Amino acid sequence: MPTEFRDAHHIIEFRAVRKIFSAPSGDIVAVDGIDLRIRQGEIFGVIGYSGAGKSTVVRLINGLELATSGSIVVDGVDITTLTERQREIKRRDIGMIFQQFNLFTSRTVAGNVAFPLKVAGWKRADRDRRVAELLDFVGLLDRAHSYPDQLSGGQKQRVGIARALATSPKILLADEATSALDPETTWDVLKLLRKVNRELGVTIVVITHELSVIRAIGDRVAVLEDGKVAEIGTVFDIFTAPRAGVTRRFVDTVLHDRPNPADLERIRGAFPGRIVTAHIADGHRLGSVLGSAGARGVTFEIVYGGIGSLQNRSFGSLTLELTGPDDGVDALIAELRQVTDIVEVGT
Amino acid sequence: MSTANEFLWDFHGPLLLQRLGETLYMVGTTLLIGGVLGLLLGLSLYTTRRGGLLANRAVFTVLNLAVNIVRPIPFIILLVAIKPLTLLLAGSTIGSTSMIVPLSIAATFGFSRIVEQNLVSIDPGVIEAARATGASRWRIVATLLVPEALGPLILGFTFLVVALVDMSAVAGIVAGGGLGDFALQYGYKRWNSTVTWVTVGVIIVIVQIAQAGGNRLSRRVLRR
Repeated sequence: MPTEFRDAHHIIEFRAVRKIFSAPSGDIVAVDGIDLRIRQGEIFGVIGYSGAGKSTVVRLINGLELATSGSIVVDGVDITTLTERQREIKRRDIGMIFQQFNLFTSRTVAGNVAFPLKVAGWKRADRDRRVAELLDFVGLLDRAHSYPDQLSGGQKQRVGIARALATSPKILLADEATSALDPETTWDVLKLLRKVNRELGVTIVVITHELSVIRAIGDRVAVLEDGKVAEIGTVFDIFTAPRAGVTRRFVDTVLHDRPNPADLERIRGAFPGRIVTAHIADGHRLGSVLGSAGARGVTFEIVYGGIGSLQNRSFGSLTLELTGPDDGVDALIAELRQVTDIVEVGT
Repeated sequence: MSTANEFLWDFHGPLLLQRLGETLYMVGTTLLIGGVLGLLLGLSLYTTRRGGLLANRAVFTVLNLAVNIVRPIPFIILLVAIKPLTLLLAGSTIGSTSMIVPLSIAATFGFSRIVEQNLVSIDPGVIEAARATGASRWRIVATLLVPEALGPLILGFTFLVVALVDMSAVAGIVAGGGLGDFALQYGYKRWNSTVTWVTVGVIIVIVQIAQAGGNRLSRRVLRR
């Protein structure tokens, strides 16, 4: 959906940001010259393998880590120029949730949610009202007086979200927020994050190593590799037309509509005809082209594939075996190329 | 006065009670002083260490060295060595009050390591979460660290109680009063092993009560 964001305000902007950690064994370049612009109101994914620098990127946004060089403008303020005290005040506008939830074990659910409000100097009565409001929002009003160790993983993350939202931040940073949860709970938490985004207008930065998370709720995504942005684009573009090798590998972890080499070998053994893979997206009229195959003396068999939806658009791919005279098959492939991308994968 | 090998209730009883009072006074006062100072020193060690909330190499090095120097000194030697300081602070070098000075020093340095070790067990993620809310480093030190480690800290404090009952008994040698003094004067020096063992029994009871109380309290804090 790039058009609808085209003129949107950038709430987070990285300009040539580098972060180098000094270690006894030598310097480690965690972030190596990143430029990023995150738009107000979007859910922005940052994906990468461990060590790609994504955890550092998210901590640079709220100043838990300080950039070695470059600038990071968050809601109009370059946080690299702020004093420690100014950064602390700025953090009230930036909530954060964590993989291991990081709740205060010595405080109740209500006490956890009230903590940022105390820090911000809220009065007792206002705090109590706000805590109740937040716990209601995340569906845990009845657990206000429980302690974190009495909650399930999903409930803990809901408390984490309520705590992160306490001071009504404009930005929510989610650092592998669902990586410690089972698939069903993951989905519940992702739905809650989407609700936070849609209903409260909070910009969310989702750090993850799982593309399925970004597929579920992301608008745009940056793929990190070795501290650099390997690729950036809408989730749809990243899925349908990945350019970087690292992106392709991530996409392959969640999409299984294209045959891998082992699948291809099996297919070639079982089907003697020409094998082609056709990309499927909204508006592609593959069926009507295939309908004319018979007229050319060509028959087809569907041997592999899948079509799903992403950001409310269809996409996927189908692998076909085409059998018939060579000129007929060539003509059919040429006709298919007019409606979609075709990859010939052999005979 | 009897020299028999027996515990005479009329004679030994009131004395034992008085000496018990002295021991409780020494241990109690020291727990207060050493507990607070040890907690502060432990917090300082924990927060100034590398990667700590208030990381400061110079401060940490000095504190760490000081703790490493004072802690291994055997208590009886510390007691004698700091007599001038004791005289200055307590106005005397005999009696229970004078014992509080060396006991507090030993307690402060000993407890500081226990505190430091228990604070290290706090999940760094919890501290990071607090910082992410905008809490200052000082606020975290003042309001979050101790509650987050309270269960183990109570057990560490209980350990200190027991260690102090033990150390305070050494006071007997320098006329410091208390149960150790009693066992030495009326038991050991008069060949009355019954008195010695009765005193040991009283000390065991104190230790048992302290340990049971500490266990109970820490369980309550940890909600287990």
